[in-house]
Amino acid sequence: MPEHEQIPGERPASARPPHRRPHTSARDLERYAGLFAQRTGVMRSSAMRDLMAITARPEVISLAGGLPDTSTFPPESFAAQMTRIAQESSAEALQYGPTEGFERTKECLREVMAAEGMDPDPDDIIVTTGGQQAIDLVCKTLLDPGDPVICEGPTYPGAVPVFCSYEADTHHVEMDDDGIRVDELEAVLDALERDGRRPKFVYTVPSFQNPAGVTLSAERRRRLIEIAREREVLVIEDNPYGLLRFEGRELPPLYQLDGGDYVIYLGTFSKILSPGIRLGWCVAPPPVMEKIVLGKQAADLCTSTLTQYFVAEYFAEGRWRTYIDDLVGIYRARRDAMLDALSAHFPDQAEWTRPAGGLFVWATLPDYIDTGDLLAKALREDVAFVPGAAAYVDGRGSSSMRLNFSGSDESEIHEGVRRIGSVVEEQVALYETITGEHPIQPPAATSASRSGAAESQEGRGSGGNVLPLPRRRES
Amino acid sequence: MRIAVLAGGRSLERGVSLRSGARVVDALRSLGHEVAQIDPGADLVRRLKSERPEVAFIALHGPGGEDGTVQELLEIVGIPYTGPGVTACMRCMDKVTAKQEIRAAGLPTPDWVAFNATAFRELGAADALDEIEARLGFPLVVKPARQGSSLGVEFAPSRTDVPEALVAAFSYDERVLLERYVRGRELAVGILNGEPLPIVEAIPEQEDFFNFEARYEIGRTHYVCPAELSDADASAVREAARSTWEALGCAGFARVDVILGGDDAAPETHGPQVLEVNAIPGLTDTSLLPQAAEAAGLAFEQLCERIVELARERAATTALPG
Repeated sequence: MPEHEQIPGERPASARPPHRRPHTSARDLERYAGLFAQRTGVMRSSAMRDLMAITARPEVISLAGGLPDTSTFPPESFAAQMTRIAQESSAEALQYGPTEGFERTKECLREVMAAEGMDPDPDDIIVTTGGQQAIDLVCKTLLDPGDPVICEGPTYPGAVPVFCSYEADTHHVEMDDDGIRVDELEAVLDALERDGRRPKFVYTVPSFQNPAGVTLSAERRRRLIEIAREREVLVIEDNPYGLLRFEGRELPPLYQLDGGDYVIYLGTFSKILSPGIRLGWCVAPPPVMEKIVLGKQAADLCTSTLTQYFVAEYFAEGRWRTYIDDLVGIYRARRDAMLDALSAHFPDQAEWTRPAGGLFVWATLPDYIDTGDLLAKALREDVAFVPGAAAYVDGRGSSSMRLNFSGSDESEIHEGVRRIGSVVEEQVALYETITGEHPIQPPAATSASRSGAAESQEGRGSGGNVLPLPRRRES
Repeated sequence: MRIAVLAGGRSLERGVSLRSGARVVDALRSLGHEVAQIDPGADLVRRLKSERPEVAFIALHGPGGEDGTVQELLEIVGIPYTGPGVTACMRCMDKVTAKQEIRAAGLPTPDWVAFNATAFRELGAADALDEIEARLGFPLVVKPARQGSSLGVEFAPSRTDVPEALVAAFSYDERVLLERYVRGRELAVGILNGEPLPIVEAIPEQEDFFNFEARYEIGRTHYVCPAELSDADASAVREAARSTWEALGCAGFARVDVILGGDDAAPETHGPQVLEVNAIPGLTDTSLLPQAAEAAGLAFEQLCERIVELARERAATTALPG
């Protein structure tokens, strides 16, 4: 589910009603349906979209979004930066810019990459309209319909519609608490090779993955790069959250390990500054970059010059690291609140990940619970999450959910998780009653499971003590 | 005329309702009416009292707006409203109640069994599943009693799929029904003031046969209006829909969903089988009732105008309290 769909509805500024087209006739519908490109057939849309419309109600605690907290950004410094731009560079800031992006913007994003030990050639960089466009451009450059693509299972829900619209043949590789299973990756590569096929790329979010929250271990990072080199397979490293680490030691990005031969790197200012400025970037080897630039020209000529000026001003103040440190403090407390609430309120049959950074926890329920249906029930209790099926192309993930902890405060998180926990418990009890696993449950069973969870909560302690990412059960 | 269009609300079909409402607002404005759009919430009664519309156009779907609740409030404050009255709405919203009425009127509807969650939680209803399955056969369809669109509707192709389907359906309502699956053509009959509009047939793409969501998506379901039916079939379907409207006491407009059981269906499910009645059917771009009205030569604006007229006529002939 794209993050923007969870943004609370804004109101039109003017009271004047918009002019609307007359009702589309049945004949028109058929006429348009006949014109649609084949790829729209695999573009996904669903009743879930309507359900998500309800999460915008103010009384709903939404753990569904992927929203960073932008409320701590000081308005006065925002005003000062924009004023400076208006006074000193008005004409340029309102003009078109180069397709590749301004050199000044590249200096800023190279600072961000340097903070994680990377030092890319500025000529290998293109500034994009958010990280999302970077994914789109890479796919546009590399994919023909039917081309195999490998990604994590679950993968970034926003990448799913991109893979689908380029008609990729998408293969998920399972993860555990150390990220993508490189042995399974090799198995998938072998299987494809036996069919005489090779994936165009492996798409991965190695650090604090969206939606699973897990991080690829150092050893697997090295192995993944070896595999990429041995088999000459491109790796797309999407790293929006790398700097949002709450604890533990830093791990080298794949791009740093590889030096940029087989790794195409995607970055964004969305989670470390603002998603509203729509500023991301892509680092790719020159031959690939050449095509990406052509694709970008066709898509939108250039990234917003105004927001590029804003970023340059912001970085010139030299406080961007401090701002990230503040965010890390806020998100760490919220992550802790969410893990505590999960231990307290989710039933024994549920499992969840313990992210050491980023924005998300991935929780998995017994496989007879469909989280799409559960969302309907949860919405009646005014709480929302992202159903797990959105993170797969193939219908898997239907008993999992993505929970966001960056966009709500601790008390909202606690209350939201409590409400979800209680609807889950109802469903679990109902199922057990229907199947006769536990004929008719005495109410005492609920409190027993709560105290069991409280014990495991005490055992938590160090951040490295991570629950394995639940694997799909064979039914 | 001063008209309040009620759209939005708190049901899961809020999104559809807002789209229906937006279309209705535009249509009524283009006809020169003075239109206020109201998203029903805690201030609904206060707003109705202060705006004092001559008619309330209800474009709400799902529980709250389509189940008689809003209608009851409008009766109390004495504002004429579109669509069926309180009792008819209550009957239509609950598929179980509706099917009981349909059967009581001697009209065909697929056999079913209904349960509330308490029956399972406290009365051991699970032990009756064998008998239920023997009676209804497979595949069967599990539906929440009070939920619109296709939300929570599940096919259970076999025995082992039933518990999961029940848990899913119980996510939407405390009461669910297990219904015999009837293979046949899917038809929708819009009814305006007791008169059936041309029949719409929904033909899903083959691979989406068991995917109810696809029913509502352009390009994945193909609509034909008027449906290509023999005169005998068409007239049987229209008659079943019209009688259903009467049996449930509908007024204004509504949509009756019918399956036309084919020759390969079991003998007792040949011919039209009434599935449900939508007291306030969708009025969006892709909705079936506006398509049917158009096929009858009634543009969307005219349809809305007629619905408003019917509301006023009904209010004039019914003594409204207050």
